[in-house]
Amino acid sequence: MDEIFHFIIGKYNYWASLVLLFIGLYGMIAKNNLMKKIIGMVIFQTAILLFFVSIGAKRGATVPIIEFGPDKLPLLDATAYANPLPHVLILTAIVVGVATLGVALAILQKIQRVHGTIEEDEILEDQRR
Amino acid sequence: MMIDQAPALIIIVPLFVSLVLTLAGSLGPRVAYGLLLCGMAGSLLFSLLALGQVVTDNQAIHYRMGDWPPPMGIELVIDHLSGLVLVLVSACALLTAIYSLRTAAEDNPDRLNHYYALFALLVTGLLGMTASGDVFNLYVLLEISALSSYGLLARGRGPAYYATFKYLIVGTIGACFYLLGIGYLYIMTGSLNMLDLAEIISRPELQDSVSIKIGFSLMILGVWIKMALFPLHAWLPNAYSKAGITTACLIAPLMTKVSVYIMLRIMFTVFSVDYIFDSIAWSQVVIYLASAAAVIGMITALAQRDLRMMLTYIVVAEIGYMTGGAWVANAAGYTGAVYHILADGLMTLCLFMAVGAVIYRTGQTSLAAMQGIFKRMPITAVVLVIGAASIIGIPPTCGFFSKFYLIQGAAQAGAWVFVAALLIASLVAAVMFFKMLEIAFFGDLKALEQEPGGGHGHGSHDGHDGHGALPAVARQEAPLSMLIPMVITAASLIILGLYTKEVVNYFIGWSIPAGF
Repeated sequence: MDEIFHFIIGKYNYWASLVLLFIGLYGMIAKNNLMKKIIGMVIFQTAILLFFVSIGAKRGATVPIIEFGPDKLPLLDATAYANPLPHVLILTAIVVGVATLGVALAILQKIQRVHGTIEEDEILEDQRR
Repeated sequence: MMIDQAPALIIIVPLFVSLVLTLAGSLGPRVAYGLLLCGMAGSLLFSLLALGQVVTDNQAIHYRMGDWPPPMGIELVIDHLSGLVLVLVSACALLTAIYSLRTAAEDNPDRLNHYYALFALLVTGLLGMTASGDVFNLYVLLEISALSSYGLLARGRGPAYYATFKYLIVGTIGACFYLLGIGYLYIMTGSLNMLDLAEIISRPELQDSVSIKIGFSLMILGVWIKMALFPLHAWLPNAYSKAGITTACLIAPLMTKVSVYIMLRIMFTVFSVDYIFDSIAWSQVVIYLASAAAVIGMITALAQRDLRMMLTYIVVAEIGYMTGGAWVANAAGYTGAVYHILADGLMTLCLFMAVGAVIYRTGQTSLAAMQGIFKRMPITAVVLVIGAASIIGIPPTCGFFSKFYLIQGAAQAGAWVFVAALLIASLVAAVMFFKMLEIAFFGDLKALEQEPGGGHGHGSHDGHDGHGALPAVARQEAPLSMLIPMVITAASLIILGLYTKEVVNYFIGWSIPAGF
């Protein structure tokens, strides 16, 4: 029991992003309303962003800008600095996500204009007509 | 020197063209067309220069962006494989750009600049994906090309919006899986550069790491969704068949081929032959999937009444060929897969262009549009026949030689299911195209004129608008701007077929991964 507890608590960041991941995937696949699909997509993307951000976190670490000690020598202790790379990657991925969201919303608007609805079953019915 | 910067210029030229087209608000359609042609021609020129340099020096070009050394900086790697794919992508893009003179202008009467800007941006993304030597950089470029393809596909209007929306959702799932896979690899290795990753993964302490295996699985799954491998293909036929003529010609041949190339890169550059086929023993399952894709794709294509639906299912089947070739795990299969990327890129382009011209002239998208094309559009018909021959695999077209290598590789590996699937798919393709040709030769022209509906395509454009009925034997050949790229593509199918040996010896042979 104790081991299972540690297994879950010790890696809680992975569990959190996994749960979000599946919520998002469920929303994208199972929801009938296209807007809800988009919301699912955003949750799905955010889960991955959080996953990346959490792996760059480090307790007691500082920003990766070299500091100088009292004797004017640089403090080159790698363990004292956080790894900036995951965060930088995620900045790019956030931009990609926003762009995707924008395109999705624009297309959704067009769908609404053409079919008069954003419910998937009604759109399919409209196409059959 | 210009040549030293060629790897960067391949990508920067179309990107720059795209930016100019976006920012310069009121360019005339001719100016926009000219700019697009310049951009695509520039890419092709620099791709050829880079490939030439790779072949003469017989070593890969490693171009450091901004002179930051890898693994910290992003590098572009052009070797025999990526050089070939770069030339293919930029050549197909240039041909489609020439072809687009009439169709794009009529599909986008109001905002041709923006259409062409997306066109150039898509090509930028595809070229960047091919040249990139960094897995995260590849993700960004993957999304750039995906986003611009959503924009282009949604230009098809009407039913295209909903089809594009579904593609967007599925495409995002694919790209996110790929990104998640990168995360797993990054946690374990701390690197994003492909060659650096390969070196770290090959260390004995990571050989049995579960995280690495999950990372690999997620990346490959993401790429499979992107390239529409059966049974993940459902989005492709809908999205591609509702698009405008130019968009279909650009996206259908290139997007999936570049995704296959990325699969090869991940399998053989980031991971290694030993790792893929020993540690991750999936090849049996994947070969079954690929065989199913080839057979089911072709049979579904045979069942279609709509010309463009038919072609998109052929694309699904062809993905099966290439995936199978890559996973049979020997040099012949790999050669077949890479050669088929080239052959299939060209033959899909050829078919989409010819069918696009027929749709443009008749305004119909059903098979009935093919009636009497040998009389009305003789050159287009010949192009279509050459493309069909290549899909079926009749020598001397390149389709025959790629299938020859694929079957050879499958037989060596003892993957008889895949051999059978390739042969059955060819047979079905033959039946399909003979059915099409039968309609073309013996179909009744009168029936075409009277047939109601089906004509929600691009309308008949010039000549017979005023006087209704088509003259029975009048030639209605496609305009010159469409004919020239079509004929070049058809000719290249035969030329590539005749020079198979040279292509395999001088280019593909050098890229065969160690371990085969």
